[in-house]
Amino acid sequence: MSMVNPLAKARGLGSAKSGVHHWYAQRASALLLIVLIGWLIYAMITLAGADHGTASSFIAQPTNAAFLILLIVALFYHAMLGLQVVIEDYVHNQVLEVILYFLTRAGGYLGMALGIIHVLKLALGA
Amino acid sequence: MKTKQRPLSPFMIGPYYKPQMTSLMSITHRASGVFLSIIGAPLLLWWLIAVASGPQAYAVLTGFLGSLIGQLLLIATIVCLSFHLINGVRHLVWDTGRALDIKTAYTAGWLVLIGTVLLSAIVLGVLL
Repeated sequence: MSMVNPLAKARGLGSAKSGVHHWYAQRASALLLIVLIGWLIYAMITLAGADHGTASSFIAQPTNAAFLILLIVALFYHAMLGLQVVIEDYVHNQVLEVILYFLTRAGGYLGMALGIIHVLKLALGA
Repeated sequence: MKTKQRPLSPFMIGPYYKPQMTSLMSITHRASGVFLSIIGAPLLLWWLIAVASGPQAYAVLTGFLGSLIGQLLLIATIVCLSFHLINGVRHLVWDTGRALDIKTAYTAGWLVLIGTVLLSAIVLGVLL
């Protein structure tokens, strides 16, 4: 029999007091993404079948570059939050859960970094 | 401390519940989100990296997107994106406490499905 009392157990394993923030962040990023994905669809239609020069000068436009950077940040953030919930709900092996959670976060931040740096490369003409 | 084995509601997939539009669209929302995270977002990154890397890298990407597997991935991504976008609006409306009765949930569900077909058809019509 463990000497740990139930309250301490609940404090250790229960809510991490971040549920409301997660819930809110998922929806705030969703709202932002409605606009940004709308813009992406416009960009896809504009650039359908475009050659390299057209595509690169489109991304290099400051307004388009700004939209793309915002899109990348919001998209990977929203994906990280969503994948986290899916992992928490369906992966019941605790070690695997922590590993997948880590990979989700690492992949999300890597995606943001790669996306931003390549947009900036085109936008700043490096 | 021994925890009592309390009864749990059965898992949504299995013989316990009849498949319903609401539950099927809910799981599809998650599945499309996972697909977009694993395939869609990396495709977007690949496009950015390819354009930034020069005409040769861009030709590799357009070559891939023209292949059979590339076309299938593109179609799946656009369909998932359309569904997740439009069904996401339905979820956001629900989050405000509105449209939660069964009849409205089904009507909105059909609107989402029709909207998904229309939006996918428009985007894919231009892209393919």
